[in-house]
Amino acid sequence: MIPLEWYLILAAVLFCAGLYGVLSRRNAVAILMGVELMLNSVNVNLVAFWRYTEPAAVTGQAFALFVYAVAAAEAAVGLALIIAIWRTRDTVVLEEVDLLKG
Amino acid sequence: MTLQQVLFIIFGAVTLGAALMVVTRRNVFHAALFLILSFFGVAGLYVLLEAPFLAAVQLFIYVGGIAILILFAIMLTRDMMNPNVAGANRQWWLAALVALALCTVLGWTVLNHQWAAPAGDVPPESIVNLGKALVDPAGLVLPFEVTSILLLVALIGAVTIARER
Repeated sequence: MIPLEWYLILAAVLFCAGLYGVLSRRNAVAILMGVELMLNSVNVNLVAFWRYTEPAAVTGQAFALFVYAVAAAEAAVGLALIIAIWRTRDTVVLEEVDLLKG
Repeated sequence: MTLQQVLFIIFGAVTLGAALMVVTRRNVFHAALFLILSFFGVAGLYVLLEAPFLAAVQLFIYVGGIAILILFAIMLTRDMMNPNVAGANRQWWLAALVALALCTVLGWTVLNHQWAAPAGDVPPESIVNLGKALVDPAGLVLPFEVTSILLLVALIGAVTIARER
């Protein structure tokens, strides 16, 4: 059987890749993609812990399902915001969206 | 090395390789395509974890829904595909440093902890139990309903925000 550590290491690296994307990208959609990677890595962790510690319970999988629903809502609203910003400011580079900057 | 471990290494390599391409590709459209590949790798991991329902949900929601939504957003905002625009901001090296540091801490923590041995097999009626628990008044029906309201609110909000005035 696959050791639990393998899944945890993989999820950690995936999370850090997503974090790097969120912190370093200029494009708003690319930042959103980083967030999706991070959510995915958390789900891998949830399912791995469910499989290795409580395979008879349903809560591990149910929790992952709720994360999916929140991720879908977040993607829909985030992309709608990006389209709205593009309409009014003609850019999707977040450094150029500085209306609130003093 | 068992077949499962070989499959894990294949799926893991696909997931991580594609994820690294997502965060480093300058062209956002290519990044989105690699994101889809990464989602496929994660679905494979769910199959290895004996969660076939979640693997199917991963394909439906992420590959079929979120990834297509992202591709549409890229096409609706044309100049995003301009390859002359720099992909990363000026603090990218600082971001890489933070990500590497976090990765080191997480990896060190995982490897220095004594994890419990696997706790037996997944019951064959696992998906049935999950479906029953989601609509069971003594189970998860409240979070389930709250989630549906959240999705409805997000849907209306997204339409309102993105609508042309």
